[in-house]
Amino acid sequence: MGEKVLMKGNEALAEAAIQAGCRHYFGYPITPQTEIAAYMSKRMPKVGGCFLQAESEVAAINMVLGASSAGVRAMTSSSSPGISLKSEGVSYIAGSDLPALIINVQRGGPGLGGIQPSQSDYWQATKALGHGDFQLFVLAPSTIQEMVDFVSLGYEVGEKYRIPTMILSDGMLGQMMEPVEFPEAKETAQAEKTWATNGHKNKRKKNIINSLYIEPQVLEDLVKERFERYEKIKATEQRAEEYLVDDADIVVVAFGASARVSRNAVNMAREAGIKAGLIRPITLWPFPENTIKKAVSHTKDFLCVEMNMGQMVDDVRLCVEGKSEVSFFGRTGGMIPTPEEVFNEIKKLSEKEAK
Amino acid sequence: MAVVFDKPKALTDVPFHYCPGCTHGIVHRLVAEVIDELGIAGDTVGVASVGCSVFSYNYFDCDMVQAPHGRAPAVATGLKRSLPDNVIFTYQGDGDLAAIGMAETVHAATRGENITVIFINNAIYGMTGGQMAPTSLPGQVTQTTPYGRDTSVAGHPIRVCELLSTLSGTALAQRVTVDSVKNVNIAKKAIKKAFENQINKRGYSIVEVLSTCPTNWGLSPEEALKWLQNNMIPYYPLGVYKDVTAEKEA
Amino acid sequence: MAKITFKENLCKGCGMCVNACPKNILELDKTRLNVKGYHPAVIKDQEKCIGCTSCAIMCPDVVITVER
Repeated sequence: MGEKVLMKGNEALAEAAIQAGCRHYFGYPITPQTEIAAYMSKRMPKVGGCFLQAESEVAAINMVLGASSAGVRAMTSSSSPGISLKSEGVSYIAGSDLPALIINVQRGGPGLGGIQPSQSDYWQATKALGHGDFQLFVLAPSTIQEMVDFVSLGYEVGEKYRIPTMILSDGMLGQMMEPVEFPEAKETAQAEKTWATNGHKNKRKKNIINSLYIEPQVLEDLVKERFERYEKIKATEQRAEEYLVDDADIVVVAFGASARVSRNAVNMAREAGIKAGLIRPITLWPFPENTIKKAVSHTKDFLCVEMNMGQMVDDVRLCVEGKSEVSFFGRTGGMIPTPEEVFNEIKKLSEKEAK
Repeated sequence: MAVVFDKPKALTDVPFHYCPGCTHGIVHRLVAEVIDELGIAGDTVGVASVGCSVFSYNYFDCDMVQAPHGRAPAVATGLKRSLPDNVIFTYQGDGDLAAIGMAETVHAATRGENITVIFINNAIYGMTGGQMAPTSLPGQVTQTTPYGRDTSVAGHPIRVCELLSTLSGTALAQRVTVDSVKNVNIAKKAIKKAFENQINKRGYSIVEVLSTCPTNWGLSPEEALKWLQNNMIPYYPLGVYKDVTAEKEA
Repeated sequence: MAKITFKENLCKGCGMCVNACPKNILELDKTRLNVKGYHPAVIKDQEKCIGCTSCAIMCPDVVITVER
């Protein structure tokens, strides 16, 4: 590993993408992700790459579709309202079995919402970023180091399974600074993309990148094949961090920025003698069911803490299957929960259990 | 005797799905002939758009990408920026290019995106069954203008070549048609120039081809060509609206 | 001396070749249907063909091969 440098989340992520071999970035300005585009505009010309400010988020995601079709590592980034605009292209990318890296530095919604941090695009990212049966590989960093590390992970998993990857960040992680280390420069071996549309050179049959299948049986077969790949991803790519979970009565489940807050709250609870722990989903899809299910036997209460009105809590309930209590605490609209607020919720649950 | 006319190699053996007399087939053949003559099939990547020509990915014997509706110029931009030495073309209809995809079209042109655009203007939405297109003529009866296109309600048709010729990034904007042997030959020359411009890194080249849609116009193939001559050509005059190679020569 | 041949099963009977022929020697064969169910284009008098390729140029389905 190299030396530690102090960097803003958005810029660290952009640099990580360049170091991971991304040479094609297409974006459109929107707060709070614009530093990614600005950084790329500065760096790409220096590394012989392409930075292009598109005419819209719609165009940017379709430029990514074109670049991914060509077989290169491409990327776009935006924030919540802009991600909605990209949803058409994301559906086509998924339906064409293309890998691509999409960054969402979330802000409050719905509509134009606000510009402060939020996690209210959880449902969108994990359930329905566009029409049709499909999933994205969704990673949720909670540190600037993870903003860096998840870029190459996102590319590698996406290329292995030919599925688009989303890094679901938020305005807090995007804007804050932390020391980060970049992995030592290594040429990550990219698997040969025999499917790429880069000219057949009269040496192979033509390739077609397509998502249109008029015959319903053909389309059903293709979607089923894609879902078999999703099952493999579920079996092998679930990731979560467990913190003080083994003996916990109360387990807080939180991702991204709200997990940072929740960790402090768990520490406060421990100091107050409450056996609290934290499960931090790192992959939001596939959701780390195994980690949650493992904790059910000893956990009396799960507390979901999110910066929204309660979205991931649905997935937690599905995993818990009614065997433990699941409650929710959240702030939304760009408000960030404080450790004290979360600690109070933990305390309430603890007092309820004591009765 | 020698074969003097046969199917170009850059077309596959998949039969066209187009209706009888639809001029898409002529334009497909011209594009394929140009690809053959320039010897670029192995380097070419085509972008199919949404509309009747969506299945063009089955017909051209080069790598093909199917783009979302209107987004072919953006997809082509991503391809070209990744594969600067390849030849990238889009094949788009009037709804795709001039309605839903107008932003992508104008910005690809103004960036001087080094791509080739084949634009089929038949003044109607074909695939969905004959609705008003941005290029439908004033008074034209379509499924969604059953009393004729009323410009006070539905606005006026867009003259795409004229519009794009105002942009600095446009290298070639030429309107042709395929209603006669003579005009087919002119169309082929324009298409060839649009591909050569890309090879010579000149920027965005668009060839607008006035085309027929006998089925949705409710006319026989022969009547459709006459309707095109009598109605479309007066509104959309044929000719070169911009040609940077001519400007250089002049 | 010229010869034209039709990939008859690709023909959709649109008649554009018939109208394009300067010698008026093409017609749609109204006595039969091809596999697509259209009356296919045929040549009435091969001897009169000058191999000008007009029919092939106007054919939207690449049905016609011309030899000369």
